[in-house]
Amino acid sequence: MTALDAARLPPTDHPRLLAGWAETGAITRYSGHRRRYGPLPGLDGPRLIELVSRSGLRGRGGAGFPTARKLRAVADGRGRRIVVANGCEGDPASAKDGVLLELAPHLVLDGIQLAARAVGANEAILAVHTGSRLLRTLAAALRDRGTGEVPVELAEVPRRYVASEESALVNHLTSGDARPTVTPPRPARRGVRGRPTLVDNVETLAHIALIARHGDGWFREAGTRDSPGTTLVTVGGAVALPGVYEIDLGMPVAAVLALAGGPVEPLQAVQIGGLGGSWLPLPYADGMPFTHEDARAVEAGLGVAALVALPVRACGIAETARVLRYLADESAGQCGPCMFGLPAVADDMAVLADGADRSGVVVRRLQERLGVIPGRGACAHPDGAVRLAAGALRVFAADVARHARGDSCTWTGAPPWLPTA
Amino acid sequence: MAADRLKVGPIMCHAHGLCAELLPEMVRLDEWGYPILADGPVPPVLRSDARAAVAACPTLALRLRSD
Ligand SMILES: Cc1cc2nc3c(=O)[nH]c(=O)nc-3n(C[C@H](O)[C@H](O)[C@H](O)COP(=O)(O)O)c2cc1C
Ligand code: SF4
Ligand code: SF4
Repeated sequence: MTALDAARLPPTDHPRLLAGWAETGAITRYSGHRRRYGPLPGLDGPRLIELVSRSGLRGRGGAGFPTARKLRAVADGRGRRIVVANGCEGDPASAKDGVLLELAPHLVLDGIQLAARAVGANEAILAVHTGSRLLRTLAAALRDRGTGEVPVELAEVPRRYVASEESALVNHLTSGDARPTVTPPRPARRGVRGRPTLVDNVETLAHIALIARHGDGWFREAGTRDSPGTTLVTVGGAVALPGVYEIDLGMPVAAVLALAGGPVEPLQAVQIGGLGGSWLPLPYADGMPFTHEDARAVEAGLGVAALVALPVRACGIAETARVLRYLADESAGQCGPCMFGLPAVADDMAVLADGADRSGVVVRRLQERLGVIPGRGACAHPDGAVRLAAGALRVFAADVARHARGDSCTWTGAPPWLPTA
Repeated sequence: MAADRLKVGPIMCHAHGLCAELLPEMVRLDEWGYPILADGPVPPVLRSDARAAVAACPTLALRLRSD
């Protein structure tokens, strides 16, 4: 889904990041941006970090880590510091970063300037995928801005799922090798060219631009105590208007789907968090507030804040098997439990999807494998794949049993719902 | 003395399996031959075995870290 697809959508609910778009229906140029938001506020670094800390902002790149903690860690680093804005959006289920960079690039660029001030960086890198159409938009946006800012370099990153994981990104920007490295040291201590590096998702940075102007109290007017603010969410699957929406965190999942036009046919489950996310059962998901805390309570996570509505006439096991194969193929092939474990898990899930596990041996083997893989790779890639597989076994348990009995499954060969490209 | 913990560097480990051989009390191998380490600090009685396992790892993937 490109930003232009999303651009055909109706205005979002309570837009902050997308306010300019919602009101004017036009991509915000720098002049309009300055008219709407005014100049960058003159807060110093420590004040900025304090404000972000009180706002409770959590990273929007997948892990939901408290942003102020990372700002502080980088600010405390030794030597010259660097800010890296992660705009790669490697997860095929997500389109929100592309939409944000296309429609409101100057909020992200403001956020980069403020983050650089907060951590004391004198250079910044904005990373997107190689050959991305965003490169032209962003180069133009950078040209429109005045002088006197920390220079921002546009960098191209290979279109691989794992290449935009933060240690891989740092490795790529340092040496051209886009594979993850073992942490610690984390980028905050030793990042690009050995310097303390702040790696933040582009949406996270855009929120900083608004918090710096409107304050932490304003930021907390939306969302919950532990998941404050608004968030961009990519809604896909069997809904009338798939696309990117800005919602208050805490909105029930059913209301988010309704914002996207609502289901176009009866649903059986909702996939949450991007491909390395998890599954939510229905009707439970309908009432679940879209927050970090509620997602965690059911062993899921908001991840990249994507939702895919899976209709009844689909097979959750087959969908999961297909995505696991994709994630296995995207392994950087460096760590045993990932490079051997993920293909094994994908094979097992495919056997379950084909109804070829009459004895139940495969499902037990799969459970065991899911138990030993997490936490043993250099990066969190295998953990995401395992979370998705474990979620599928929970949410589609009845289907697994039915497949095992050999009852024919009508939907195993149905067209895919979860995007893998 | 600070409690030492075993760590394996997942990228450097090439599944030689010597660590499980020398320190079976704390290391078992998964079905692909990669080590799964027991949680928690190395108990005093196993310290010298742990040091031997670290020294034997051909790729220097196994480490003792005090924390
Ligand atoms: C396999 C993998 C892929 C990732 N891809 C992205 C990505 O495309 N964009 C992104 O912002 N973060 C991605 N992340 C998360 C980053 O490692 C990092 O946590 C994030 O950019 C930090 O920003 P935040 O604190 O603002 O969320 C990925 C993580 C993993 C494990
Ligand atoms: S865990 Fe997988 S994706 Fe991550 S570095 Fe190791 S092999 Fe690569
Ligand atoms: S001895 Fe070293 S390389 Fe071999 S399995 Fe143990 S940690 Fe891995």
